[in-house]
Amino acid sequence: MSGHDHGDDGVSRRKVLECMTWAGTGVLWTVTGGVPRSLGIIDSAEAATAAAPGMSFLQISDSHVGFDKPANPNALGTLEEAVNKINAMPAKPAFMIHTGDITHLSKAAEFDNAERIISQTKLDVHYVPGEHDFIDEEVKLYRERYGRGTKGHGWYSFDAGGVHFVGLVNVVDLKAGGLGNLGAEQLAWLEDDLRGKSKSTPIVLFAHIPLWTVYPEWGWGTEDGDRALEYVKGFGSVTVLNGHIHQVMQKVEGNVTFHTARSTAFPQPAPGAAPSPGPMKVEDARLRSMLGVASINFKQNEQRLAIIDTPLQG
Amino acid sequence: MKTLNRRDFGVDLGLALAAAILLPATKARADDMDVHIDNFVFQPAELRIKAGTTVTWTNRDDIPHTIVSAGKFRSKTLDTDDKFSFTFTNAGDYKYFCSLHPHMTGMIKVE
Repeated sequence: MSGHDHGDDGVSRRKVLECMTWAGTGVLWTVTGGVPRSLGIIDSAEAATAAAPGMSFLQISDSHVGFDKPANPNALGTLEEAVNKINAMPAKPAFMIHTGDITHLSKAAEFDNAERIISQTKLDVHYVPGEHDFIDEEVKLYRERYGRGTKGHGWYSFDAGGVHFVGLVNVVDLKAGGLGNLGAEQLAWLEDDLRGKSKSTPIVLFAHIPLWTVYPEWGWGTEDGDRALEYVKGFGSVTVLNGHIHQVMQKVEGNVTFHTARSTAFPQPAPGAAPSPGPMKVEDARLRSMLGVASINFKQNEQRLAIIDTPLQG
Repeated sequence: MKTLNRRDFGVDLGLALAAAILLPATKARADDMDVHIDNFVFQPAELRIKAGTTVTWTNRDDIPHTIVSAGKFRSKTLDTDDKFSFTFTNAGDYKYFCSLHPHMTGMIKVE
């Protein structure tokens, strides 16, 4: 997907951007007994109020800082818009996770710019890398910045609000013809990490590439993701969050809920809906309805989980 | 082992322009070949060439890609319109893939 034929619409794009106001709408999802239910498009303030009790955290993904192609010539700008939206939320989330592709080309300046904008949320951010964060020659910039206290290529776990969170890395050692990859070392660590945990502990796994097979023709899946999912079998509540595919997609399998996040940079087509998974060019007026952030709300002592997707514009 | 003539034009604009200027000279050799990346696909996916042929890959996607043949050659990450060239001096089958999008695979058969 190359956009050489889109060079002459710069003026109209700028004009549209100037006229834009953020409607602040979002989709509120509640999960009751393991089944997600959309409460429809509502104002984000309303959504945050509806889901207020309990612990909530925010997911942000695929910032692609440095991307400047016609699908979105200002990925840093839309990240900043997302951050402004986060800062305007009436209920401050406990923390944020970023499911990778912080940068587009793993350049130091891109990491610096991302940090400058994301830090304005003043939230703790837990990162996992996307393949775009691991393409510098020595693959060290991501690890120097975010790898402290992590294992292997950057995996780790932590507890918050009674929930056990596990950040996984599936963008390393990719094999020709294959999908995302966790690898034996990380799987062994994961099995060990979960051992001894009470089966009633809610588990959140997050990684960049989907752990479930969304669309192998486009590489949207993880070769050994099933192994990781075997280790969480038997837990009462498991949520698997990822980015990479730049669109909202959900699946429920037993006690496991899978959810993908939007990008803050550019949308990608639905599986098979285009010749490739490359950046999707949409009318300027539609772009922000296809970018956004997700907040997830846990209600303690209730088997309910609400996932609120907030596009930059509804 | 013969020296492999590897030209890696890198990602910076100056070098990309230099590549554009150098390319017609490269084309003077009738048997040099091009592979394009469009829509996350190597085109053509399989090439049959004679030993001594230089193959030049061009990334025409808006997303970066790499060209990697395990133990044989590895490009830097190619941003949009970046090129990578490799001269095949030895006969054999060279399977390669994009290390960022491993479902993208290609083959160079050198006679």
